[in-house]
Amino acid sequence: MNRQAQAVVLLLLGGAVLKASFTDLYLRYVKEGLRPFLIAAALVLVVAAVMTLWYDLRPAATAEPDEDHGHDHGHGHGTGGGHHEPRVGWLLILPVLGLLLIAPPALGSYAAGQAGTALASQQVSDYPPLPDGDPVRVAMLDYASRALFDKGQSIGDRRVVLTGFVAGGGPGGEPILARMILSCCAADGRPIKLGMAGNAPTGLAEDTWIEVTGRYSDRVAKDPVNEADIPYVTVESWREVPVPKQQYE
Amino acid sequence: MEILAALLVLLVIFRAPLAGALSAAQLQTWTTVFVSVMVQAVPFLVFGVLLSAVIAVFVPRSFWARALPRHPALAVPVASAAGVVLPGCECGSVPIAGSLIRRGVTPAAALAFLLAAPAINPIVLTATAVAFPANPEMVLGRALASLVVAMVMGWLWLRLGRADWIRLPHRPDLDGVSRGRAFWAAVRHDVTHAGGFLVLGAMAAASINVLVPERWLQTLADNPVLSVLALAVLAVLLSICSEADAFVAASLSQFSLTSRLVFLVVGPMVDLKLISMQAGVFGRRFAFRFAPTTFVVATLVAVAVGAILW
Repeated sequence: MNRQAQAVVLLLLGGAVLKASFTDLYLRYVKEGLRPFLIAAALVLVVAAVMTLWYDLRPAATAEPDEDHGHDHGHGHGTGGGHHEPRVGWLLILPVLGLLLIAPPALGSYAAGQAGTALASQQVSDYPPLPDGDPVRVAMLDYASRALFDKGQSIGDRRVVLTGFVAGGGPGGEPILARMILSCCAADGRPIKLGMAGNAPTGLAEDTWIEVTGRYSDRVAKDPVNEADIPYVTVESWREVPVPKQQYE
Repeated sequence: MEILAALLVLLVIFRAPLAGALSAAQLQTWTTVFVSVMVQAVPFLVFGVLLSAVIAVFVPRSFWARALPRHPALAVPVASAAGVVLPGCECGSVPIAGSLIRRGVTPAAALAFLLAAPAINPIVLTATAVAFPANPEMVLGRALASLVVAMVMGWLWLRLGRADWIRLPHRPDLDGVSRGRAFWAAVRHDVTHAGGFLVLGAMAAASINVLVPERWLQTLADNPVLSVLALAVLAVLLSICSEADAFVAASLSQFSLTSRLVFLVVGPMVDLKLISMQAGVFGRRFAFRFAPTTFVVATLVAVAVGAILW
């Protein structure tokens, strides 16, 4: 892999990351907060590629010596023919292809079924009142932790609106409402699972995004994957919604 | 390593026949996890490489002689402590450690830094505190155990390590050319080199993520010895970045606190992408000795700290 090939690979990688961070594509893989760092890192990659090409293609008159000055390394060349340069660098094409050609979707029902619900450890049980509104829109994580660790006291009789996708693998095999949460990237994505009682949707394909309006239910089931509790919501109505921009919570 | 690379490339090319064995959902999840590990690691890799290029080009050799204690055995704890203040990810610290060794820092100190930097820094410890609200002693246990492992590994290297195990890759010679040229040459070389090995590690981690369902773990959780071993191995295989592993550990609630501490101590020091990058940057002879030893030391120290705490 010679220097110019490396420059091209870096340019591609930087370009792919830049493109992903200027569209909403990056939100499928990492947290929103990483965006400025992604852009900065991608710009560095592009600059490194441009500088490499610039130094390489400059007229020979200004070119600086490439010979071995490395008395302390002994084998310090590799700038000349490029045959010592790492071939493993070609692998960097793969994430470029992954981002530009495949652009895989965010984690969905398959990943949710593989992992146990994230609400396993006891959280602090001091919850502020829900915001105003009827029904009030709450995050899945918020509802699930209030339902489990606060026994629904801070929810009371309020109507809540929850958005998530349909996944299989509920305790009795019935569909559940799920949403993935990320702390860093999709490799550590963990699901929040909610059972649906009452007027629960039926006949929906997995990974369909729905918005559920309902009330607190004191029913709890065990997640077969990690034996943790899965809270329930009593569904009053539901509707299909388009896939949200921000698929993780 | 080239053979491994070629194998994995073949796997990717001929994945259509393999897809019959794997479901479409698995393949899709594999691609998602692979791409996201890469996207997430790119900023850390690039900033680690920038810092390592600064060390290689702009920091004079004499600086390290003054900054670190002259005696290597004393330089080890100083370097471990330096790792604490530098927030970074494991992918960034590998090229930095390589650069330190090139610049004449004693390998024992550079390796202690390599282990300490991703494991104990403010970001990681804060994340651990947030993930374990009911067990604040987890933060203390993690910091203490990781620091001890980093220093023990540094001292072990002084006693047992051999300089010829470390073979830093050929790299364009940085002496005698203009600083700007040397700086960008170092950046280009380190990103393609360490980045290539990062791709290998990310592919391995994505495969484990898809192929090992969490419910297998359930059966191991009740046995105190097996649970420690299971989470130690899982930490190596999953290769989650150290900023996030506390949240994953928190969700493995069926396991004992000690085994989850082992998970948190081993993960940032030994994992698939780190082994792959270490083999690339320091050479295979080094990585195949260093990674297993670190694994054993980290597991033992974490169990000991866990025994004291709980």
